[in-house]
Amino acid sequence: MIRVENITKRFGDYAALHGIDLEIQPGEFIALLGPSGSGKTTLLRIIAGLEFQDEGHVYFDGEDVSDIPVGKRNVGFVFQQYALFKHMTVADNVAFGLNVRKARHRPSKAEIKARAEDLLRIVQLEGLGARYPGQLSGGQRQRVALARALAIEPSLLLLDEPFGALDAKVRKDLRRWLRDLHKQMGLTSIFVTHDQEEALELADRVVVMDHGRIDQIGTPEEVYMKPATAFVSHFVGETNRFPDGRHVRPHDLDIVSEGGEAIAVDNVFRKGAVWRVEGRLAGNDTIVELDLSSDRQPPAIGETVFIAARRSLTFAS
Amino acid sequence: MTSIASRKYRWRTPSVLPGFGLTFGFSLAWLSLIVLIPLSTLFLKSAGMGWHAFLEVGFSPRALAAYRLSFGTAAAAALVNAVFGLLVAWVLVRYRFPGKGVVGALVDLPFALPTAVAGIALTALYAPSGWVGQYLDPLGIKVAFTATGITVALVFIGLPFVVRSVEPVLADLGKDVEEASATLGANRFQTFFRVIFPAILPALFTGAAMAFARGVGEYGSVIFISGNMPGKTEIAPLLIVTQLEQYAYDGATAIAMVMMLISFAVLFALNALQSARRRRLGA
Amino acid sequence: MTQRSVGTESRATQIVLILLALAFLAFFLLLPLIAVFSEALKQGIAPFLDAVSNPDALAAIRLTLFIAAISVPLNLVFGITASWAITKFSFPGKNLLLTLIDLPLSVSPVVSGLIFVLLFGAQGLLGPWLAAHGLKIIFAVPGIVLATVFITFPFVARELIPLMMEQGKDDEEAAVSLGANGWQTFWHVTLPNIRWGLLYGVLLCNARAMGEFGAVSVVSGHIRGETNTMPLHVEILYNEYDFVGAFAVASLLAALALVTLVLKTVLEWRFDLHSGARH
Repeated sequence: MIRVENITKRFGDYAALHGIDLEIQPGEFIALLGPSGSGKTTLLRIIAGLEFQDEGHVYFDGEDVSDIPVGKRNVGFVFQQYALFKHMTVADNVAFGLNVRKARHRPSKAEIKARAEDLLRIVQLEGLGARYPGQLSGGQRQRVALARALAIEPSLLLLDEPFGALDAKVRKDLRRWLRDLHKQMGLTSIFVTHDQEEALELADRVVVMDHGRIDQIGTPEEVYMKPATAFVSHFVGETNRFPDGRHVRPHDLDIVSEGGEAIAVDNVFRKGAVWRVEGRLAGNDTIVELDLSSDRQPPAIGETVFIAARRSLTFAS
Repeated sequence: MTSIASRKYRWRTPSVLPGFGLTFGFSLAWLSLIVLIPLSTLFLKSAGMGWHAFLEVGFSPRALAAYRLSFGTAAAAALVNAVFGLLVAWVLVRYRFPGKGVVGALVDLPFALPTAVAGIALTALYAPSGWVGQYLDPLGIKVAFTATGITVALVFIGLPFVVRSVEPVLADLGKDVEEASATLGANRFQTFFRVIFPAILPALFTGAAMAFARGVGEYGSVIFISGNMPGKTEIAPLLIVTQLEQYAYDGATAIAMVMMLISFAVLFALNALQSARRRRLGA
Repeated sequence: MTQRSVGTESRATQIVLILLALAFLAFFLLLPLIAVFSEALKQGIAPFLDAVSNPDALAAIRLTLFIAAISVPLNLVFGITASWAITKFSFPGKNLLLTLIDLPLSVSPVVSGLIFVLLFGAQGLLGPWLAAHGLKIIFAVPGIVLATVFITFPFVARELIPLMMEQGKDDEEAAVSLGANGWQTFWHVTLPNIRWGLLYGVLLCNARAMGEFGAVSVVSGHIRGETNTMPLHVEILYNEYDFVGAFAVASLLAALALVTLVLKTVLEWRFDLHSGARH
């Protein structure tokens, strides 16, 4: 179990993290989700031992690791830009963590070679061990970085924006693949992302962060359906904010024949499986977006229609 | 079917910008006039001498001793510069300390200081009665007027080549690569020798090779401190000058030719090595 | 300073390495520089002033300035035209051209002088023709200019080419599309973009032009008051055991070097030239 207790970190005058508490169960897949500057990467780096907290403690299985250097924490870290060693072959990159072990802990050359080959098979890069990182595609490099991190048999896997540097198509494939890999291996993993779709798709639990604080910890269902704060609601999914303080997702709004509020329709377009209707609330020009099921007749642009919320949230300010 | 007319061969890719003919023509003419034609006289003159004469003067015992000295001291100086140049570059890129800006600027002094000035200054320092020499002399260490002195001068001349070659590569080396090494359990020495050093080795090698090439041909800073004893402390460029002063143009030409061919061979080998490495790494 | 950090050495190790580097630099760079000024002023200010105001010294200073005033503009013009052709157009053989421009850097200064002797000297290829027409190049000022131009040939081009390569040709294409002619495009668009890089190149070119010794020494003939540049004058005085005189003239050259270094550093900091390691 990983426990983070009251972690605070300042960079000069700027407080990156304020009193973070977090518990992670063995085998969990956790997403640290937040905008840039929310402190998510700093928290990940503190857990890894790449950065040092000003206050608080990090426990691995009850042991305080705050003073244990990064190389002894036995964590696998996958860097955003992969940080592959360009002058080493793919196989040497993967074997690096084993090769730098003290002689008495180091497996034999043959074992290391076999282990590297095994890992390359797991990440579906069989036969590419003799290549150099410069000769691989982005998605392949990402998987080399993962194999390299797994080679030291880490007790915890940390991934910093693992799909950030990839294009959309590769990103999607790799996401599915990583989820399957986590299911197979059951390794406790934490990844940082600013992409709510990624977090909701992959994680067992999502930690939503903003301004160095945790706003909510919960399952994807919880953070989406029962956001704890207005920030969470807006960050994990599109949300309309009404002047009276209600927050309503576009798919929770419907066009009704009477009652509800009047909006003037500015634009209607097909958004995948639904119609997206954009309009302004009569009287105060608040922009409202709503999704209308595809089998309905969408309103015409310029028309005034009435809308009602099936479900809405209010937050204590 | 494409028409023949539209596929006329063009030597230069078409461009909307004007001035190619003028600038290219002028550059080529000026290059030929100042560099190519004068340099080619060296080849012409060498070719006109005939093999036998060329070998006789170009590889006389005195010339051979001069090459040995020039290439030997340049190699020794390049080695010293590889070590200390790397150290200086490392300290300048990685650490913060008071006066760093001044130190960084001072590294270029050998580029800016006329070689003759460096030569007499180093001689004043290392002569047996000089600031440094007076402490070395009682220990039996002679610097001025020996090969050691020549090496000292070439260390001075070559240092910025190494520092300026290594610095940008070291600065561009991602911090994440070192962190990756640390997360995988490598200690600081392992990280340096297995991750950082291999990454900067090509730049270090290039810098040292440039220092070496410059050192082989260096004249001004060396002749004051070297003592200039034929066969002992007479560097190859000085031998060329001596031959010229005796109106022995053939000798001067042959020695210059040999030196230039060796220097070109070194630079060519270096380039080939670098591009082979780039191809191999797929960068 | 943070208390600890991954990917760097302990402060103690840092201090040892810094001191080692500083000791090396002090020994090899700073000490010679100090020696120049200290030797020049060894017997006080009067002998120093005598040495630098001596007619031969003044003639050498004049000649050095004259040589630089001719060779720097020549290489400036070459640098600009070559960079324009190389960076604004693509044509086969570009790499060969780049290599040829750098050629003078890999030739020993002495050999650089020698080739002009072989070409224009009394025994040289064109020697008899020059003699018949009463022209003198070797052991005269034109030879010194030629050798200096050769030595400093790549300096401006080497600074400009990478800079202009990086800037691309979008700006120029925009100017041409707006109806500017070639000269207007260069003057109003390109030049403002490259002026600091140009100045940087000129600075280095000038320092080398004024300080060149080996090549000039071969072609000059060392005629006092006529073909003696400052570096050559230093050598003559030194060989005559007039150490104060030699170091006095040398200290002027060293001061020039210091000015060059200061200006160079200012340019690098202000205009982010050669930003590589300094940030």
